[in-house]
Amino acid sequence: MDDPTIENRRRRRFLQEAGGLTLAFCLPARAAPPATGQTASVAVPFAPNAFLRIATDDSVTVIAKHLEMGQGSYTGLATILAEELDADWQTVRVEGAPADATRYNNLFWGPSQGTGGSTAMANSWDQLRQAGATGRAMLVSAAARRWQVPVTEIAVRDGVVSHAATKRQARFGELAADAAREAVPAEVVLKPMGEFRLIGRHVPRKDSADKTSGRAIFTQDIRLPGMLVAVVAHAPLFGATVRHFDATAARRVQGVVDVVPIPSGIAVLARDTWSAKKGRDALRVEWDESRAFRLDSADILARYREMAKSPGVVAQRTGDPEQAFAGADRIILASYDLPYLAHAAMEPMNCVIRLGEEGCEVWNGEQLNTGDQARLAEMFGLPVERVKIHMLYAGGSFGRRANTESDYLVEAAHIVKAIGGRAPVKLVWMREDDMRAGYYRPLFHHSLAAAIDAEGRLIGWRHRLVGQSILAGSSFAALTRQDGIDPLSVEGAANLPYAIANRLVELHTPKDIGVPVLWWRSVGSSHTAYATEVFLDVLARALGKDPLAWRLELLAEHPRHRGVLQLAAEKADWARPLPAATSGSRRGRGLAVHESFQSYVAQVAEVTVAADGSVKVDRVVCAVDCGMAINPDNIRSQVEGAVGFALSAVLHGEITLRAGAVVEGNFDTYPMLRIGEMPRVEVYIVPSAAKPTGIGEPGVPPLAPAVANAIGAATGRFPERLPLRRADLRA
Amino acid sequence: MIQLKVNGRPQPIDVAPDTPLLWVLRDTLGLTGTKYACGQALCGACVVHVDDRPVRACVTPVSAVAGRAVTTIEAVDQSRIGRAVQAAWRELDVVQCGYCQSGQIMSATALLAGNRAPTDADIDHALAGNLCRCATYQRIRAAIHAAARSLA
Repeated sequence: MDDPTIENRRRRRFLQEAGGLTLAFCLPARAAPPATGQTASVAVPFAPNAFLRIATDDSVTVIAKHLEMGQGSYTGLATILAEELDADWQTVRVEGAPADATRYNNLFWGPSQGTGGSTAMANSWDQLRQAGATGRAMLVSAAARRWQVPVTEIAVRDGVVSHAATKRQARFGELAADAAREAVPAEVVLKPMGEFRLIGRHVPRKDSADKTSGRAIFTQDIRLPGMLVAVVAHAPLFGATVRHFDATAARRVQGVVDVVPIPSGIAVLARDTWSAKKGRDALRVEWDESRAFRLDSADILARYREMAKSPGVVAQRTGDPEQAFAGADRIILASYDLPYLAHAAMEPMNCVIRLGEEGCEVWNGEQLNTGDQARLAEMFGLPVERVKIHMLYAGGSFGRRANTESDYLVEAAHIVKAIGGRAPVKLVWMREDDMRAGYYRPLFHHSLAAAIDAEGRLIGWRHRLVGQSILAGSSFAALTRQDGIDPLSVEGAANLPYAIANRLVELHTPKDIGVPVLWWRSVGSSHTAYATEVFLDVLARALGKDPLAWRLELLAEHPRHRGVLQLAAEKADWARPLPAATSGSRRGRGLAVHESFQSYVAQVAEVTVAADGSVKVDRVVCAVDCGMAINPDNIRSQVEGAVGFALSAVLHGEITLRAGAVVEGNFDTYPMLRIGEMPRVEVYIVPSAAKPTGIGEPGVPPLAPAVANAIGAATGRFPERLPLRRADLRA
Repeated sequence: MIQLKVNGRPQPIDVAPDTPLLWVLRDTLGLTGTKYACGQALCGACVVHVDDRPVRACVTPVSAVAGRAVTTIEAVDQSRIGRAVQAAWRELDVVQCGYCQSGQIMSATALLAGNRAPTDADIDHALAGNLCRCATYQRIRAAIHAAARSLA
């Protein structure tokens, strides 16, 4: 009974029962109309059937079209639907949706299902409210018909439908069969905000019980009858290929079943993971490195610095920046270097693929559902509807599982094809495979200049960015601007909110760097917020201005930026001096504000810099405006986690290349934040009636600049490169 | 054949003696709550108890635990401390992705078994080997304090 195959069987059996026997009420299928654009203003396809099931046992199943990778999406999505349904939260369960472009699209992405860009709540808000309200209306109609009373006299609360005058009541489960026969209403009335009973309240996570008992099933935990585990010998360099391999020793490892060459390396298949890994380690592979990428990351950076000396493609221009700089009394310069970063999710990349007569089945922490589905369909020569994807919990992702090239899925598909589909295959990447596979947050060099007039006013701002494009050459290349600018490279820089009359933002996009890059939690803002917010503090210091007061002045037309800044500053006692440091160390407080994914976050960091240059972040006060707070505790949780995730990059994060080879392999060389380094984090939420926006990512961007600005306040030195280095900050 | 005792039950195991306990638990016994994340005792996702002491299963050869009592997350609720820790984790909604949390809970339970009133410093020390990429550390600390209070 502790066998995962049995565990999985148990779960499957339960689902079959739910689907075949106990499931009395399943709204009829209706295909969503095709989405026509990528903005929130697109008409919402109303398909409540796809998101809700009510069984005779009163259980309410919410079908989640988005991946749960830690960000609380399952709980948030269920909260929205359950609110309008007036369900009893205790009876609500969440189930991952299959990949299906006809029903489960991300409404902000066009005809594509996926999770990213902190869109899960925002794009689901109207859709799931309507789905819940539709279900409620049909239960009410069924009760009215049964009791022969007007629908207007019926109330619903906590999963119980009641008629006060006749003292009759029925639970959802009792009405489910009748409700299924009611017509789907063409229009439903949504609750006014004041009547919310779940939204905005403390609603516990739906995945806590399983994730604290070892019962939660991740891809890593899947085992199917006859399944083989594959571990792959990957090329040591990007662009290297297999020239020759000798599998004699690998095949001698007990448990090893097969060794197959695939485009990305040599796969060893075994009956269990350890045997597969031992077999992989016993392989002898000779690599053809003639077309491999061979630069050091230091060489790349040197090249970027050189590029930054000349003008790039104009990403944004306001006023007359050339004139401002020509007439400046003085010019202040700074540059910032931000490294390649690995996502390093705790669960290394993996997936399970089974090829059968019916088609192909996939188990995966699935983040680009229909994109991955289409690619696998193409590889196996199947129609997309015969690629069935089970979306499981992901043990973190931070963008990594939303791979534009479906990299690890494609690798697994090649293995399945290489063995003729004779067994299900679980591809398991060891930590080193995961760390060295590329798809990093791109390394960026930022070069900034400010023009100051004779009165000490900031009259010009020039920002040059140099870094690889995430979109270029990927399956998302169509999102590149007409002028060749990847909007993901300049987001947060080209839309700087500060009132600076003359501005120029330019981009250089090197095209000959063979390191695969990808979105990493908060994407472009993960580096642009650092450059813009630290430089603003450098200027404030040079001009003798208070970093808070000056920002508020420059943000006169941005009330939501101002709102979070003021709230964070108030809660952090910005006006009062920071308690002094113990002897030898220096203390400082810094702030930063940044909007990403239409959510606004300000943070105030308090740091202690020791004489040896080491930095301890003591406290971070955060203020958040993400529209209406669906689940305030999850917002706090996400921002607390974002602070730690971002701080990990500030203190430790760096992927380096030596002659093209990734140096870091495991957590000894790619250290991540540990509990002793976690600051005290306070999160305050700005009350709002605006539509909810995302919270998975927006807590990340302000942290690094807030810490750097605190270091600047403590030491007079604003770090121009990350991660922090003691040598830069010694007393 | 190696005689294991896992979660109170005898388990004869037929694997190579150098096989790490982690893979025996996961692949042979199907106890998948114990996680692989680094394979080198660097992250703590695989922490289990051996004779009530926290051990990293990924670098512990199965032969080294023959005849000793192995407890995994699946059975942590068999002890009062384990139940208190789980309850506090749920009350405070500590988890995010959840992948590291089995190891966190096993380390926290071991800490409380030897120290019923740990300070933040005690917690930071005892859980220094448990990485959480979602950085749920603040809630981990709070949950350990809450569990300690509930056990007092």
